[in-house]
Amino acid sequence: MFALRPKSGGRVRRRHLRELPWVSIVIISVLAGCAVLAPILAPHDPTSIHMSRARLPPGADWAYPLGTDVLGRDILSRLIFGARSTMFISLVALGSGAVLGTTIGLIAGYFGGAVDKLAMRAADAVNGFPNILVAAVVVVILGTGTATIVAAVSLTVWARFARMIRGDVLSIKEMDYVTAARIAGLSPFAIIRRHIFPGTINTLMVITSLMMGQVILLEASLGFLALGLPPGAPAWGIMVAEGRDVIVDMWWLSVLPGIAISAVVLAFNFFGDWLRDALDPKLRRVR
Amino acid sequence: MLRFFVVRTAEALLTLAILSFVVFISVHLTGDPAAYLLGPQAGTTEYEILKHNMGLDQPLPVQYIHFLANALHGDLGRSHITGRQATDLLLERLPATLELALAAFALTLVVGIPLGILSAVRRGSWIDRIAKFFAIAGTSAPNFWVAIMAILVFGAGLKWLPTYGRGDLAHLILPAAVLSWHGLAGMVRLGRSSMLEVLDSEYVKFARIKGLAERQVVYKHAFRNAIIPLITFSGLAFAQLLNGSVAIEAIFAWPGIGRLMLQGINQRDFPIVQATVLASSFFYIVTSLIVDVLYGFLNPRIRFASARGRDA
Repeated sequence: MFALRPKSGGRVRRRHLRELPWVSIVIISVLAGCAVLAPILAPHDPTSIHMSRARLPPGADWAYPLGTDVLGRDILSRLIFGARSTMFISLVALGSGAVLGTTIGLIAGYFGGAVDKLAMRAADAVNGFPNILVAAVVVVILGTGTATIVAAVSLTVWARFARMIRGDVLSIKEMDYVTAARIAGLSPFAIIRRHIFPGTINTLMVITSLMMGQVILLEASLGFLALGLPPGAPAWGIMVAEGRDVIVDMWWLSVLPGIAISAVVLAFNFFGDWLRDALDPKLRRVR
Repeated sequence: MLRFFVVRTAEALLTLAILSFVVFISVHLTGDPAAYLLGPQAGTTEYEILKHNMGLDQPLPVQYIHFLANALHGDLGRSHITGRQATDLLLERLPATLELALAAFALTLVVGIPLGILSAVRRGSWIDRIAKFFAIAGTSAPNFWVAIMAILVFGAGLKWLPTYGRGDLAHLILPAAVLSWHGLAGMVRLGRSSMLEVLDSEYVKFARIKGLAERQVVYKHAFRNAIIPLITFSGLAFAQLLNGSVAIEAIFAWPGIGRLMLQGINQRDFPIVQATVLASSFFYIVTSLIVDVLYGFLNPRIRFASARGRDA
């Protein structure tokens, strides 16, 4: 696999292959497959309403294997499209947080001094700050929607990236090849881009996969609280909320999307743990 | 130690000031409260007068200073919807939120720490399996979903516990248990790894070689050190209860600040959102300050390294 190359010899790599987190890989692949192929895989339109087929329990009609909801929408199709919106929103949100945090971490670590102090103070203040409060403020400014979720997530997760990447930069910039590049007259930004950033990629991947589960949880809970996508959209958090009032009569409405969220978050957490141990045992304290 | 305390307090105050500014600006950006209060039919003179009375014709920094001064006097504005003082609403809801948060926190400590420690001491036993299950399920299953499952099983199915509103102790059990869900998992996970690390350390080996009884080695030597990271984590877990409390209070119809905040957001009642966000942030910042100071007392290395060792 990609980044295992530099540190491990052949024997080690084979051992990793045997210890690959297969369950996680299968779940994440299914998720990604559903996300990409949603319109092909879904047997029905996830939003079309048919009162004549409403309230079907799972297994009652094989055209709707996981049943239908109060409005007769097919649960399986909604779950598949839910995978798509979860994947899309979480990746965009986490991606923008990662870009922001990595940039800040690289600059703070390389230049040091006041920039570094300021950035790290800000990161400390943000790190651990209850993200629901951030989301509340963002909702006030932007209203509800995808942009709100992305902003609320990236405004909190950048701090984790900035801290860890900065730590890496501090040790990398003492390397001889960085000094050599500086003596050769490379500009600071060229040094950061060509000689420092590549050294932080392992850390970046580990934090990204460890944070993915948390971002999915946050995205789902914003949907559940009606702070995310519009009501009726096929998103897992919204589906759990829709089933809440009829939980006693129609258990499958809330139970199934909840299982989907849990399975996916579990998969990303395991994968992140595995990746951390495989790439860099030093990072064991990340979480 | 004094220096550390002063630096940390100053930092907390600075964070609070910046935060209040951000909240002020964001609420300010989202529209004109005077226009909102008057409605579309109002005339321009009426509008100008109200704007003047509300101080909205002043420059932004002046308005911010006014806002701060009012906030310090306990005036956080009035609800757009009910016209009631935000501070009164907050104070009314505070006992319910505190009750729920403290109960959940107590559960996190009383169940989480022993479970984490025991699972490390008796590695591979059934306790370890339960602990691992909790640690995994608690970090993966979203708490709002667990809340609904708990209502389905314990409320609707077994009819053991009430699932709605605040009242006697029985009303508290389900919301508190679900609210502690994520924190408990973190506590078990951290307790286990911390204890395993300490049990593997040189001084524990030495204590064993010295011939001390296993009980004494584990509970006197190892436990004391294993618990230090747990103290930092418990502060974090307490602060994170705020996160969960919004959804949990809404699901269990618990009349607390989290539910007030959600109502404020859904009704676009911005003074309420502003007040609840500020109050919760204040609570969060004070909690983390207390944790840091407590940690400084417990761990002398931090005391001398000034305010730098906080990224645990």
